[in-house]
Amino acid sequence: MYKAEVNVTLRPAILDVQGKTVEHALHSLGFNSVGHVRIGKHITFEIEAASLEEAQKIARQVSEQVLSNPVMEDFAVTVHEVIAEEAGA
Amino acid sequence: MKIGVVVFPGSNCDHDAYYALKHELGVEAVFLFHKEHDLKGVDAIVLPGGFSYGDYLRCGAIARFSPIMTEVIKFAQSGGPVIGICNGFQILCEAGLLPGALLRNRDLRFISKHVGIRVVNNRTIFTGDLESGAVLHIPIAHGEGNYHADPDVLAELNAEGRVVFQYCDDHGNVTDEANPNGSQFNIAGIVNAKGNVLGMMPHPERACSTLLGSHDGLGIFRSLAHSLEIVAA
Repeated sequence: MYKAEVNVTLRPAILDVQGKTVEHALHSLGFNSVGHVRIGKHITFEIEAASLEEAQKIARQVSEQVLSNPVMEDFAVTVHEVIAEEAGA
Repeated sequence: MKIGVVVFPGSNCDHDAYYALKHELGVEAVFLFHKEHDLKGVDAIVLPGGFSYGDYLRCGAIARFSPIMTEVIKFAQSGGPVIGICNGFQILCEAGLLPGALLRNRDLRFISKHVGIRVVNNRTIFTGDLESGAVLHIPIAHGEGNYHADPDVLAELNAEGRVVFQYCDDHGNVTDEANPNGSQFNIAGIVNAKGNVLGMMPHPERACSTLLGSHDGLGIFRSLAHSLEIVAA
C-alpha cells in the first residue's frame, strides 16, 4: 500500500488573487515580512500497487489527467509506502 | 429541429435554457441526463450553467467525465453545434473542446448583473443573425469567469476571429472598466477552430424575454436555429 500526496498550485505566471488578498490581510495585521503568498490544494490518496515505481506512475497520471489543469496549474507528487495498519488514518 | 439540454447534478440553468428554446424560440427541446449515452437524435446541444458536481476540484472538472460527455465530445468533434454557457463554458474548456481556462474573478467576488457584450464576429453559426459590433445586454452570474489562455493561444484566437463576444460598455467600447472579471482581452465568448463549439460566460437563456428585462440572448439561439435550417435544407 502506498500513500500519495499531491500539491496543486497556480502556475507562477498566473496572478493568484486569493493569495494576494491573504497577503494584504497579513500586511494589515503587521506581518510585513511576509510576501509572495500562493494558495493551492493539498490532495492525499492511497494506491494499491506492486512497487513504488508503479505507485508513482499512477499518482502522476491521476495528477495530470484529473487533479490539475495544465492551462493554469502545476502539481508536485510525493509517494511513500505505508504499512496496512496506517492506511486510512 | 431538436436541441438537447444536458442535465448534470448541480445544473441550475437547464430549465431556463429549455424554456428559452421551446417557448421563446419555438423549437423542440429535450433534456439529456448526465448518466446516459443517448443524444436522442438532437441537432445541437446546450451545456447549461450551474454548479455541476458542486464545482468540486475545479469548475467543470468532474462533469467532463460524465457518461453523456463521451457522446457530446464525439458529437462536437464530428461538427455538431454545441453551446456551453457559464458552467458549460468551463466544462468545454476542461474537456479540451475549447482552449484556455476560467480563473477566479479578479476581485474574488461572485458577480451577478447585466453586462454589455459586443458581437465581435457575426460570421459564426451562433451569431449570423446579429450585427457585427452590436451590443447585447445579457446577465452574468459567476465567480470563476476570468478567461485565461497562453499568449500563443490568445494570438491564434484573435487572428482567426474566434473571439466572438467581448465585455464592453453601453456604447460598445471594450474597456477595462467594462471588464467584470479580469478576462484577457475582455473575452466573454469564443469558438473552436471549426466554429461549431461556442463557450460564453454570459447567460443568453436569461435574456430571451422582454419581461425579464432583455431579449438580446434570443438572437444567439435564433442564429443557431437558422443555420441548422440552412444545413438541413
